[in-house]
Amino acid sequence: MTWIILIEVLVKIALLLGGLMFAAAYLVLVERWIAAWVQDRIGPNRVGIPLTKIRLFGLGQPIADGVKFICKEEFTPGHVDRTLYTLAPIIMLVTALGAFAVIPFGSVLPPFPLPDGSTYQIRLILLPAFDAGILLFLAFGGLGVFAVALAGWASNNKYSFFGGVRSAAQLISYEVPLSLAILGVVVASGSLHLDHIILTQAQSGWWNIFVYPLGFLVFLVAVCAEAGRLPFDLAEAEQELVGGYHTEYSGMRLMLFLVSEFLHMVAASFLITILFLGGWHLWGITGSNELVGWGVALVRVIVLVAKVFLVILLFMLVRWSWPRFRFDQLMDLAWKVLLLWGIIHFVLAAGWAYAGVNQPMWLVAATNWTTLVIVWLITALVSPPESDNRPRREPAPVWSGEAVESPTS
Amino acid sequence: MSHAGTKKIRWVNETPLSPIERTYIPLVLQGLTTTVRHLVSKKITLQFPEERYEPADPIIYRGVHRLNRDAQGRVKCVACFLCATACPARCIDIVAGESPWPDREKYPVHFTIDMLRCIFCGMCEEACPVNAIELTSLYDLCGKSREEMVFDKNKLLLIYDWTKDDEPPLMQIFEQEAIREEPPEETQSWAAPEHPPFDHVAEKAAEMYRRDSAG
Ligand code: SF4
Ligand code: SF4
Repeated sequence: MTWIILIEVLVKIALLLGGLMFAAAYLVLVERWIAAWVQDRIGPNRVGIPLTKIRLFGLGQPIADGVKFICKEEFTPGHVDRTLYTLAPIIMLVTALGAFAVIPFGSVLPPFPLPDGSTYQIRLILLPAFDAGILLFLAFGGLGVFAVALAGWASNNKYSFFGGVRSAAQLISYEVPLSLAILGVVVASGSLHLDHIILTQAQSGWWNIFVYPLGFLVFLVAVCAEAGRLPFDLAEAEQELVGGYHTEYSGMRLMLFLVSEFLHMVAASFLITILFLGGWHLWGITGSNELVGWGVALVRVIVLVAKVFLVILLFMLVRWSWPRFRFDQLMDLAWKVLLLWGIIHFVLAAGWAYAGVNQPMWLVAATNWTTLVIVWLITALVSPPESDNRPRREPAPVWSGEAVESPTS
Repeated sequence: MSHAGTKKIRWVNETPLSPIERTYIPLVLQGLTTTVRHLVSKKITLQFPEERYEPADPIIYRGVHRLNRDAQGRVKCVACFLCATACPARCIDIVAGESPWPDREKYPVHFTIDMLRCIFCGMCEEACPVNAIELTSLYDLCGKSREEMVFDKNKLLLIYDWTKDDEPPLMQIFEQEAIREEPPEETQSWAAPEHPPFDHVAEKAAEMYRRDSAG
């Protein structure tokens, strides 16, 4: 039996890697299209099949982009720490890819017979027997910031360094509300296993977004910040930091960073879909059992991928809708708003879990939605009416050499 | 003693947000609707090689230069250097020589414009007293080397030959318009005085000249 497990894992890894790289390449194209459309432009529409005049709406653009990156000179500036400089993009890609090991792509395939008479069942997940999937995901997310900080440090450039430091501060801050939002869902469904979390939503028919809107909001914002998408892309704010932490990178290494950022976004979208949007579940179409036939298994994969794609589209639209946060506003949002909302979400979820599983879902949802409205209004009322960060008092006088009276107690 | 610099800073207060705005919902919706509106709106991109930009008025468009010819087909320029003087980019280089024709003193032996330095401001066209240099509506100029982008006299005259039918020289247009207009009727006759008031000055000067050369 070991040989078939080996084959299964290898095939899965090949499919996953190929699929992800393909998806990342084409998401770049989609992102460029959306960027162009939002700015009243047409976007890439010329590159089609190479060496022909067929254009195919620009679908060959990722090939051209890839060839361009490969052909570019890979320049290592003289002032960098060579080891860390080379290591950083690799770590970034590995952590971005590693997070996908625990993401279930649909549920399970139906058992099929083996030549020796037994049957074998494939789960559409790289690590099927791993129970703490979410923890692994969070751990890899935390390692990703390590790569960014490392790149900033190894580049020996002040802009890169700022990018790395900003990214570190940002990710550490947003990890907290992110974990709280996940914790609420975990408590509600009673498992760290992503498959099981989908199954709970599928069986009750109530996706977590309807039951835990507060958690969804916290998670959406926090995961957007984790992936470094635009309202939160302070680590590479072009207007301030040239290119941010990857200022000194070029060629393939730069591509590793860019691809990893897209993979972060894809992983984040998968997690949103799985935790809050019911994963592969769609009412009346996909059923809610673990064991299904081939047709349903396929439909589930399609539903999951479609949902993920919609979430990614949302991310891309958000990118062009709102301006970037200032750093103090970013920290305000994490520590003064999202942290509290996350705690409230977690306490509510824990309370309902303690009250027992037999509560009617509409009651839970109604309570949580009411809480959301109240919490939102209170936040709005107590938030400052202006966003300025001017010093609240006169700056301390510069010591001019005269004797200063010491304060007497 | 306070810090000298701090006194000069004047803060402009931003308008405070109302409680409704502080929920951020109106602002968030505003941002998203703007994005979506532009997402589906008509695109303004021009697909360049297939679709070409047509200058609204080719006569006043500031593209590549040309050197006009006069009625006999000679270069109209009289090498007065006014364009080279007016040029803010200092990209016009003229070598003047004695004119082989009787109706002017000088003509340009060499006339080069460095198109890479030119900023297409049109000052040369404005400065020229005989309307010899003009900017055409050709805008897609390119070259494979820097040398190729330094246009000499022949090239500039060639551009005139290319463009003269579509964009007649400005003077020609003015003349045609003048012809098309009815000649103004002479409502008020102004007879020249029999003895122009300054004639005696000229006579005196001529007399002095004659006396000097004789003496
Ligand atoms: S258009 Fe302006 S910059 Fe160009 S040659 Fe004429 S004066 Fe010089
Ligand atoms: S201003 Fe006109 S006439 Fe004078 S040198 Fe320039 S092009 Fe020739």
